[in-house]
Amino acid sequence: CRCRTRAAAVGTGRRPPPSVRALAASALPGKNEYDLLVIGGGSGGLACAKEAAQFGRKVAVLDYVEPSPQGTAWGLGGTCVNVGCIPKKLMHQAALLGSSLKDAQHYGWSISQPVHHTCVQNYVKSLNWGHRVQLQEKKVKYFNIKGSFSDPHTVRGLTKAGKETVITADNIVIATGGRPKYPVHVAGALEYGITSDDLFWLKESPGKTLIVGASYVSLECAGFLTGIGLDTTVMMRSIPLRGFDQQMASLVTEHMESYGTKFLKRCFPTKVEKLKSNRLQVTWKNADLGTEETDSFNTVMWAVGRAPDTKTLNLEAAGVKTNSETGKIIVDASEATSVPHIYAIGDITEGRPELTPTAIAAGKLLAQRLFSQSSELMDYDNVPTTVFTPLEYGCVGLSEEAAVQRHGSDNIEVYHAYYKPLEFTVAERDATQCYIKMVCLREREQRILGLHFIGPNAGEVIQGFALGIKCGATYPQMMKTVGIHPTCAEEVTKLHITKRSGLDATVTGC
Amino acid sequence: VILTMHNDGASIQQVLAEMTNQRTVPNVFVNGTHIGGCDATYQAYQDGSLQKLLGDNQITEPYEYDLIIIGGGSGGLACSKEAAALGKKVMVLDYVVPTPLGTSWGLGGTCVNVGCIPKKLMHQAALLGQALQDSRKFGWQYEEQVKHNWEVMVEAVQNYIGSLNWGYRVSLREKSVTYLNSYGEFVEPHKIKATNRKGQVTYHTAETFVLATGERPRYLGIPGDKEFCITSDDLFSLPYCPGKTLVVGASYVALECAGFLAGLGLDVTVMVRSILLRGFDQEMAEKVGAYMETHGVKFIRKFVPVQVEQLEQGMPGRLKVTAKSTEGPEILEGEYNTVLIAIGRDACTRNIGLQTIGVKINEKNGKVPVNDEEQTNVPYVYAIGDILDGKLELTPVAIQAGRLLAQRLYGGSSKKCDYINVPTTVFTPLEYGSCGYPEEKAIEEYGKQNLEVYHTLFWPLEWTVPGRDNNTCYAKIICNKQDNNRVIGLHILGPNAGEVTQGFAAAIKCGLTKELLDETIGIHPTCAEVRKGEGTA
Repeated sequence: CRCRTRAAAVGTGRRPPPSVRALAASALPGKNEYDLLVIGGGSGGLACAKEAAQFGRKVAVLDYVEPSPQGTAWGLGGTCVNVGCIPKKLMHQAALLGSSLKDAQHYGWSISQPVHHTCVQNYVKSLNWGHRVQLQEKKVKYFNIKGSFSDPHTVRGLTKAGKETVITADNIVIATGGRPKYPVHVAGALEYGITSDDLFWLKESPGKTLIVGASYVSLECAGFLTGIGLDTTVMMRSIPLRGFDQQMASLVTEHMESYGTKFLKRCFPTKVEKLKSNRLQVTWKNADLGTEETDSFNTVMWAVGRAPDTKTLNLEAAGVKTNSETGKIIVDASEATSVPHIYAIGDITEGRPELTPTAIAAGKLLAQRLFSQSSELMDYDNVPTTVFTPLEYGCVGLSEEAAVQRHGSDNIEVYHAYYKPLEFTVAERDATQCYIKMVCLREREQRILGLHFIGPNAGEVIQGFALGIKCGATYPQMMKTVGIHPTCAEEVTKLHITKRSGLDATVTGC
Repeated sequence: VILTMHNDGASIQQVLAEMTNQRTVPNVFVNGTHIGGCDATYQAYQDGSLQKLLGDNQITEPYEYDLIIIGGGSGGLACSKEAAALGKKVMVLDYVVPTPLGTSWGLGGTCVNVGCIPKKLMHQAALLGQALQDSRKFGWQYEEQVKHNWEVMVEAVQNYIGSLNWGYRVSLREKSVTYLNSYGEFVEPHKIKATNRKGQVTYHTAETFVLATGERPRYLGIPGDKEFCITSDDLFSLPYCPGKTLVVGASYVALECAGFLAGLGLDVTVMVRSILLRGFDQEMAEKVGAYMETHGVKFIRKFVPVQVEQLEQGMPGRLKVTAKSTEGPEILEGEYNTVLIAIGRDACTRNIGLQTIGVKINEKNGKVPVNDEEQTNVPYVYAIGDILDGKLELTPVAIQAGRLLAQRLYGGSSKKCDYINVPTTVFTPLEYGSCGYPEEKAIEEYGKQNLEVYHTLFWPLEWTVPGRDNNTCYAKIICNKQDNNRVIGLHILGPNAGEVTQGFAAAIKCGLTKELLDETIGIHPTCAEVRKGEGTA
């Protein structure tokens, strides 16, 4: 505690010799301006800062958005609020409403043919402001500068006006997140391509779009662009949604194909050129056919992964170790880096899920451990997540592959069902890909290892079940839960066909 | 065995109590089958089951069926299919007595024909109306004029129901269950009379019977109600748009119907005698009502209709409703195109010959008391679904009870239906999902000092762009402080509450505590993640 060390120093009246003082000027707790400095004002960083301020600590947050190669920049709040979850979900909603317009006609509403225009940006701007206000209320000092370490307790940076600012703190949290990667060997990639950092801030409709990559970012963006009526193509080199259950991933892309998204599978781009018409001509190789193909688009978006934003932090000066392959910061269970008073949370950390709520929870718990005598560690198991593709995919726990790998296929039981959401019937919507899979241990109580759900509102559905799995839910407990009729979620409580049985898993009737 | 002559008489009595739920003597067994006490033995003698057990097979002919189920609704069908799958000979009787206005329907019971399914579809139609409004704010442009066509909706809904009716008949046939579209009533023990639409009568016997006749809407018992008013039994297949509608009652049926009618653009008034959604958490119920009011539904509180007169015939016609205050002499008059009565439902148990075979019903409400194995006071007669006394009137509960009953009867199972912590959702314009105790009930049971209530208002992300209804969505959890802050009640008011509540109900089944709730990571951005990190009430 800063106050206490000071009082002690005054009380004893003793001062360390000048040489020692100089050497440890910024290394000794008590000599620093702030109790906590958070580098990066995204979801995790802000949560941590606000929580610490609530304990009466002196807290500073540094946030600086390096403009994208296309010049896009935004305010405080990080990826999620500005160029991630929030605008993405709103665009997804816009696309869903497009489907609603079609459904509505089957339900008796008569409307004329719709046309689309965008307007989501206004809302995103108002959210930024909200975050800034919250920081002021909680008495957190905010610096709009790009910081870099000069020693383990000191961070320096230049303000927009060019003034150097030096900030010292007892504890430092790195929460700078990640930014979209560009491909390195594709000519024209950087010049002509955009990323998700730009997509949500485009002033005009992207038009005919090629999205390269098969990450969730790629599929989500391709999904809503298709949904708002744009000609959209996804180019993928290998598998979709790496890391997710692959059966579910195939269902997601299969649905997108029927929804109108085009897929160029086993293809990788070789160059992007600008035509006289201002359109972008993309050339790619088809790995299966060994051929070279080409087409032109209005927009080319890279969604080939995200890289941690650590380069400019000068981590060597602080002695913080990173994984040389991924560039991510290595942390222990308490989020501490190789330097004990420097911590890292969120997308920048090695081996952690890149999810906003995880970063927020980790940030809050860290602040509680630092300043409120808590010892509670962040539990990274069974974190639920949802991919907001046109047909949403929610999951928690292990994929089937991971369960097989961990326990062996003889020791797991997979219950599954193809179901039809009631609302799809009247709307005459195809439900071929509406599917649920529950992966359980086979022996004794059949503890649930993973739950996977594809269908409308998957995010809302999976959240509660994630809690159940956290409580150690077993298959019999799930079956004892009475359904809510008629919902899609009730199908989870009615799963009874095992994959092993080979029986037809199509749900019929109530 | 005379217990008092045994040294371990007390423990034998204990074992008997566990086996038979009976502590008293005599406790009669015949060849290992438990009969019961003195009264039950007499009863068994009278209904013939005693003779049968004693091997008097020559006087009782073998029964035609192993199981006859009266009522082809969700519970009855589930039970019949399960029993047939276990190799039993099963018959299902289903007969829909037409409403006073002549509405009738096919196999499948209330849920499929005049309940959950059409209600949810019409709710969806209304939600899509809201979606149309929202869509403009999300950048969709189309002509201002949007109209709803009732006939198109009803036809689509009825087509779907028709396919379900057909599907049920096919699945009964596939499972070799005999289906009879006849009205069943007991004429003597183990024997029923079945009367079809043409008045043709057949008789059938079975070893075991399951009553699953369900309920039908109650009428007001005032002049003009049966002649001119409709109920939910008529609404979902109404061939014309109901127009300006008065909904009488504040049951979930009343509020759901009022909600979707208003959502389709109709002028809707709800007349409430006392409280909204009796039995549900009242804070939530009031919020459900308040949201409906801000979305155009009018409420007349503390009035009851005393007379309905027809001013003009038509589709719809014009009706004059006279209502009286419940608190004074005040009289209200109003004109509507349609009056929908939704004041409650009555069990269909009074005209099926139950008195003939001695099955007791609760005379007050007509419901059938059963033990925890769904057995009535007459051992070979069971009952499931909405007609059970003191149990929940929910489709999934009836299905579960029916299936488990068949498994116990014929599959050697001992699993009983679990009526605790059953979740449900009211599909009002803003959906309300709940599981476990309402706050009032929790206070009654545990005492206010032993509870902690966490609650929060929230604004779904999808509503921010259209900028509507801030501070209306609400979630509340009730925890028992004496038991590790275990969650004993969960209440959610918001979009997709049904989908959201289901998983939480599973978690409550697994013993969810507040601590675990706090530890779980939310999915961002969803409404379901709001249940975490709520403030204390």
